[in-house]
Amino acid sequence: MVTLLSRIQFAMTVGFHFIFVPMTIGMALFVAILETLYVRRGDERYKTLARFFGKLFTVNFVLGVVTGVTMEFQFGTNWSQYSEFMGDIFGSPLAVEAMMAFFLESTFLSIWIFGWNKVSKKFHLFSAWMVAIGTALSAVWIIVANGFMQHPVGYVLRNGRAEMENFWAVLFNPYAWHTYVHVIMACWTVAGGIVVGVSAWHLLRKQHVDLMKISMSMGLTLILISTIGNAVTGHFNGQNVALRQPAKLAAMEALWETQQGAGFPLIMIPGNGQNIEILTIPGLTSFLAYNSFSAEVKGLKDFAPEELPPVAFTAWSFRIMITLGVFLLIVAILAFVWNRKGVLEQKPGMLKLLTWMIPVPYIATTFGWIVAEVGRQPWTVYGLISTADSVSPISLTDVTLSLGLMAVIYSLLVILDVYLLVRFAKAGPIAADQPEAVAAD
Amino acid sequence: MYELLQIIWFALWGLLWAIYFGLDGFDLGSGMWAGLAKDKKERDAVIASLAPVWDGNEVWVITAGGVTFAAFPKIYAVMFSSLYIPLILILLGLVLRVVAIEFYHHQDYSPAWQNFWAKVLGVASLVVALLFGVAFGNLFEGLPITAEGWQGNVTLSLLNPYGILIGLLWVCAFLMNGSSWLAHKCPDADVRAKYMGMAKKLYPVVLVLAVLALGLAFVMTSLWENYLKIPVLLIVPLAAVVMLLWTGYNIYKVGNPFKALWTGSLTVLLAAVWGVGGMFPKMIFSKLDPAIVLDCFNSSSSQYTLTFMLIVVLIFLPFVLLYQGFALKTFGKHHDLTSY
Repeated sequence: MVTLLSRIQFAMTVGFHFIFVPMTIGMALFVAILETLYVRRGDERYKTLARFFGKLFTVNFVLGVVTGVTMEFQFGTNWSQYSEFMGDIFGSPLAVEAMMAFFLESTFLSIWIFGWNKVSKKFHLFSAWMVAIGTALSAVWIIVANGFMQHPVGYVLRNGRAEMENFWAVLFNPYAWHTYVHVIMACWTVAGGIVVGVSAWHLLRKQHVDLMKISMSMGLTLILISTIGNAVTGHFNGQNVALRQPAKLAAMEALWETQQGAGFPLIMIPGNGQNIEILTIPGLTSFLAYNSFSAEVKGLKDFAPEELPPVAFTAWSFRIMITLGVFLLIVAILAFVWNRKGVLEQKPGMLKLLTWMIPVPYIATTFGWIVAEVGRQPWTVYGLISTADSVSPISLTDVTLSLGLMAVIYSLLVILDVYLLVRFAKAGPIAADQPEAVAAD
Repeated sequence: MYELLQIIWFALWGLLWAIYFGLDGFDLGSGMWAGLAKDKKERDAVIASLAPVWDGNEVWVITAGGVTFAAFPKIYAVMFSSLYIPLILILLGLVLRVVAIEFYHHQDYSPAWQNFWAKVLGVASLVVALLFGVAFGNLFEGLPITAEGWQGNVTLSLLNPYGILIGLLWVCAFLMNGSSWLAHKCPDADVRAKYMGMAKKLYPVVLVLAVLALGLAFVMTSLWENYLKIPVLLIVPLAAVVMLLWTGYNIYKVGNPFKALWTGSLTVLLAAVWGVGGMFPKMIFSKLDPAIVLDCFNSSSSQYTLTFMLIVVLIFLPFVLLYQGFALKTFGKHHDLTSY
């Protein structure tokens, strides 16, 4: 029970944390690009846009920071056996992340927010890029840490724990880099979704048209590149999972029997030992996993039952992610083409859709992580230490209390985030030379 | 070689926590003042003063936590799982502090709404300051553990006299440093004068608590043993005392709150270094059973990890200090909240 509640608590805190983080990573890049255009072209419109989207960025950023602090300490509070066993390897990326990335992003973000009139234009731009690089770097280190949990490398079992033997092997873990590229692309989709969604909202109301056309075009480019990128990196990710975590792959597909030319059941109800399959694309699973429509894929029945992850949950999450990804790709292509032809503004339906679609990339990324993390069960570190062996010797009362408190406060955080984002987004950009813009920062 | 690394890492571990308390102390103090501010003008100024600095300062606790995890995984595991409830409350305090700043930040809300979030900010800052003090006070004196495990209710047993004393010292020292920061930073002369007065009022309290903490440590803890064994180390508590007296000089004689902030923050930092130095090489130990000791030798990471992490710290720490110094220089200016 303590394990279950700790898992719920961890899932909840990491899930909430990842509401704030992807937008931060994607938007930091977008704002840095906007400001670069401003500095190079001297066009004030880009500065106004940088400040506008920068404002949405900063609200998210600080909430990402504080929910991240909880994440970091939670390994110790709720997963002390894991921490003791894994700290020699797992602690390092977290400490490096703080030293290398967190100081960078937090310090330069302060300069970015509060320094418009205090530092030179060039230095301000430099700060924007430092924030963007800092956020991308922090993702490297946390995903390197996660990569080890998925596919442990560069370690040796000694003194009753996993000790680091080769840092470079841990850093260049192929699993981690497959994940990293996929996650970064997803972060761009999230940020791009917000940019086009907010721009569409204003365009629909014929407000700030001059500015919003710029951000719409840039946002659509970002979202188009990233959704295509996600499909490609997702495919490589599938092969990566097939190679390194075959049980997860089988669970993602709810594939019970080992077979050649395994189909991809698009619509189905996963059962225990057999599924009710309504629509299956023949050979696709084999292709996704091994680049060949006739390759053999190992089924769930050929794994030891105690090594299987929850099948239905993993399979469903995978399907939700893929469906939403395909949906985003189609909308992105269509909107991009219409925008190129200059007819997007005459399509109110599409503009409305773009605004309503803002949550979609969030949902897709969350389910993507559910596939990665639930699919890794019953292990915390794949093949090395199980989740049940990782938990802290804490009392049921304590964990119930903390879970309850966190549920309340984190819900408050999300309400706050959405409320502020909507408010600022609807308020729209204010010309940079107007005094309110300065005061409101 | 391995032993030397373990000793260096013990020192870094202590230093990182000490830097965190020295730096975040003054904005936790400012946060508490926000909860006590009497009108909107004052509250606005207090919150605007801490808005650009809390984040950079809070990163030190993330670093301290990360380093504890990387260099002393066993300490990380035992410390945070056994101090479960206090730590969760600290974390939620840190979260609520930021929520409060964010909610407060927008000028067009009703006074009741702003007042509420300023109170939340005050309470959250107080909880963080107090519980960190209590937790470290308990680490300094040893935890009530026997071979059978923790004796009594964990949370309640932490509230013993020495733990509470360090908790109060932390709260009052942070309040004092917070008033120095506000007396330096706020744009209005009357608000500055008020906080200068607060620093003057708080200084004697901090002095008494500090004397008690140092003195009672002879009776209630074994913190002085190291210093009496190797007298040259007495330079640490001596420096802490000198810094505290210098703070008084800056507050009363010089009347310069920025200098008082520097010396006051260094006092907090040195006090933490004194406590951690007194524990060496122990990190978590029992006050009931001398056999139960986790120290920097039996709880550290492997030689490989410690070496690697040391290289990382040596490369990045100078950069961190450089640009944090730059940021503080940019935002540390006198009476200046005008441009944001």
